[in-house]
Amino acid sequence: MNNKSAAQPLNSRIAAGRRLNELVLRALVYLAALIVTLLLIGLIGYIFYRGLPNLTWELLSTQRSVLAGRIGILPNLLFTLYTILTALVIALPVGIGSAIFLNEYARSGKLVRFIEFSTETLTGIPSIIYGLVGMLFFSQRLGLRSSVLAGSLTLVIMILPSITRTTQESLKTTPQAYRDGAAALGAPKWYAIRTIVLPCTVDGIVSGAILAVGRIVGESAALLFTAGAGYVLVTNYIKALSVSGGTLSVMLYVYTMEHGEFGVGFAIAAILMLLALVINFAAKAARKKLKRVG
Amino acid sequence: MKARNITERIMNLIFTFCGMIAIAAVIGISGYMIVSGLPAIREIGLKEFLLGQVWKSTASEPRFGILPFILSSIVATFGAILIGVPIGLMTSVFLSKIARPKLAASVRPAVELLAGIPSVVYGLVGMIVLAPAVMKAFGIKSGATLFTAMIVLAVMILPSIVSVSENALNAVPKKYEEASLALGATKIETIFKVSIPAAKSGISAGVVLGIGRAIGEAMAVMMVAGNVANMPKLFGSVRLLTTAIASEMSYAGGLQKQALFSIGLVLFIFIMIINLTLNTLLKGGYSDEQ
Repeated sequence: MNNKSAAQPLNSRIAAGRRLNELVLRALVYLAALIVTLLLIGLIGYIFYRGLPNLTWELLSTQRSVLAGRIGILPNLLFTLYTILTALVIALPVGIGSAIFLNEYARSGKLVRFIEFSTETLTGIPSIIYGLVGMLFFSQRLGLRSSVLAGSLTLVIMILPSITRTTQESLKTTPQAYRDGAAALGAPKWYAIRTIVLPCTVDGIVSGAILAVGRIVGESAALLFTAGAGYVLVTNYIKALSVSGGTLSVMLYVYTMEHGEFGVGFAIAAILMLLALVINFAAKAARKKLKRVG
Repeated sequence: MKARNITERIMNLIFTFCGMIAIAAVIGISGYMIVSGLPAIREIGLKEFLLGQVWKSTASEPRFGILPFILSSIVATFGAILIGVPIGLMTSVFLSKIARPKLAASVRPAVELLAGIPSVVYGLVGMIVLAPAVMKAFGIKSGATLFTAMIVLAVMILPSIVSVSENALNAVPKKYEEASLALGATKIETIFKVSIPAAKSGISAGVVLGIGRAIGEAMAVMMVAGNVANMPKLFGSVRLLTTAIASEMSYAGGLQKQALFSIGLVLFIFIMIINLTLNTLLKGGYSDEQ
């Protein structure tokens, strides 16, 4: 960028063909960036334009009733919350534990590489495969049937890699001197991790958890056959674990494809879009804080 | 002191266990896919299954040929790459080399947000906006076509291509570009003849990641591709590997259900090959950095 002044006089001497080439490429680069930006603005604008008018209080506060010819998504809002809660409660400790093992405990480089390879592999597996295996293992083998618990457990495996990775990244930025200092004072390993290392990684863990929430909210293919599309209101969390419950994304699919209710579909899409915006900003805020600590 | 020792030991065990879960998950998933996918292939016959052109899973004399799904998946992915890669690469050039930091900082969030939009939302907009537009533009009876799926997939893979390519472009050693500029090349020439070739292993990783995303996407495609088991035709309704599983799983039984698991196995093998390629590309990185 600071070469600009040096390149300027040359510009006037270069051949016309070269200059045209340069102009076209530059235009294409700007065009691409413009397309991407407009695409996002268009998507957000259109979804809110079609969705917000349909986002009525009745839709949000009732459950579906065939008799009254009414569609309400309150149960599905709750099921989405239950699913997030269940998946995070299990995936966070395991993911953090896995990161601690990789960064603090593991001595064999080969084992670390193998675990990291497995984690990367898990990231690349598409959600429909998770749905199939979740159905076979959690729903059928463990007898959980189509339930919030079976869906959440499937999601645990899906979000584990990203929680492990973000935690590992912030463990890596925690100064080695902290660990050495603790060890020199005679603190055993776990004691030092618990009191000194982990508190330094809170922001990484938080941003990992936020990203995981985004993934859970947006997931549909993995949940369709593991948690199903239940729409009966269950306010008791423990009871809800064992019943079929459709999250918002799943219900968007079901209502538009199976019932032709596009208004409801767009209303749910508007909620999902709002959540995506909030999650994006929250993750960014957490990451910014993380940088300050590191 | 002794109690503390025991806690240390227990925590060590717990963390080791947590670390092993990723390995167990990969082995478990692979195992389940193979064990549940093989029976139907054995019963139908590998050749008939992979190369059969007719899928009639519910007929009285069912036929289970998945060639249409395989080809549709490949063509749809190829199309998505063809549309998505040029736009994605150009955008990453914009973010990494052309835009001023402030401008880049306001375009980059757009790319990140695109990645955060759920696939069913892409499917919904594709179905309501894009499909009718395709129908009108090309004068066809239904807009739910392979072409529509390609466009939706192209948009969905954009974020991964942009972010991986941008990282790769940022990692190109400054002195390569400085040398090119010093030799009299213009900024744009330097980007396209020096920076991009130097970042090609990272950029190809982005493309491969995009291929993996596109071939594994189910719900969005389900909503825009029409879902008929035809051989791929650009303006015809198609079914992909993913949508073949999703569309029949809820009511399938017996051999039909087993055949769906076999489709899952085929998809899984595709994904594993893509993953391995991606891993090699990412490991490749910068051997000539010094």
